[in-house]
Amino acid sequence: MSQRTDLLLSIADDELILGWRNSEWTGIAPFLEEDVAFSSIAQNEIGHARALYELAAAELGTTADELAFDRKPEEYRSAPLVELRRLEWARTIARHWLYETADEIRLAALKASDDPEIAAIAAKMDREEAYHRMHAEMWIDRLLSTEDGRSRLNEAVDELWPYALGVLDGELRPQLRRRAEERLGRDLPDVEPVPRGVHEAELAELLEEMTMVRRSGPPGTQW
Amino acid sequence: MIYEIFRQERKGQPFQHAGTVTAPNERFAEIYAREQYARRQESVALWLVPRDAVNEIDEFPDEFDLKYRRVDGYSIKARLREAREKAGTLVSDESA
Repeated sequence: MSQRTDLLLSIADDELILGWRNSEWTGIAPFLEEDVAFSSIAQNEIGHARALYELAAAELGTTADELAFDRKPEEYRSAPLVELRRLEWARTIARHWLYETADEIRLAALKASDDPEIAAIAAKMDREEAYHRMHAEMWIDRLLSTEDGRSRLNEAVDELWPYALGVLDGELRPQLRRRAEERLGRDLPDVEPVPRGVHEAELAELLEEMTMVRRSGPPGTQW
Repeated sequence: MIYEIFRQERKGQPFQHAGTVTAPNERFAEIYAREQYARRQESVALWLVPRDAVNEIDEFPDEFDLKYRRVDGYSIKARLREAREKAGTLVSDESA
């Protein structure tokens, strides 16, 4: 597999798995408006995943669906941050914000890529991610505005911080640290990042659930 | 806080009431309104109005029953029939 395909799959897998995790709030988000907004963000992420899988599929001679649904858990390139099952709102928001911040840093680097297809898709994704960031930032402001919110957010960020660092390649990590520390107004711990390539046990469960319908038909079924 | 949302379907058309969003502040309301009333490209613009800013009036007294000023106070049906009879253009189902 080329370095290019590997890169496309890492981002696609991040977006697909996070999209799935975020969609787990559909119907049970804290209030109706947030339910609609967060579900919409989840759909966007899955749309980004599809576009990226299509680019990778063209190179690998396969299809986006096969890449998304037919690989073994260990073949996924997603960062463990997106795999965690965290049905608790402060953690969900902390993960969402950490991911969107890391993603912005990653997309900025990709927009400057020499590969015109990669640069174009990064620019296209970034235009939609801008609204995800607005959504994440307004929640961070809201959580930081009360003692209770601040302590819940800080606790969640501390827990997720090693995972958040693992979303980015080594050279981009200092940017994430700088931005997160600035935003939270405090230092973040020096920790060993949880890298791509290792998977949380929750990933296998997620894939089992996500591919249930697809696996119910004979191989090659058109949906 | 409740915001009344008005949406414009195409440039130049009047804004029409679309519904509401409940949000803690204007920033949240903007995101939520965008997702609920414009995500499917069904609007080209939205107005967000805090419900408190709406001045509602709902009393319109008509003590002297001036029904000729109301749309239901003037039956056009009977007049039309009369005119058609006179002109000889009345069709049978209108006479029922």
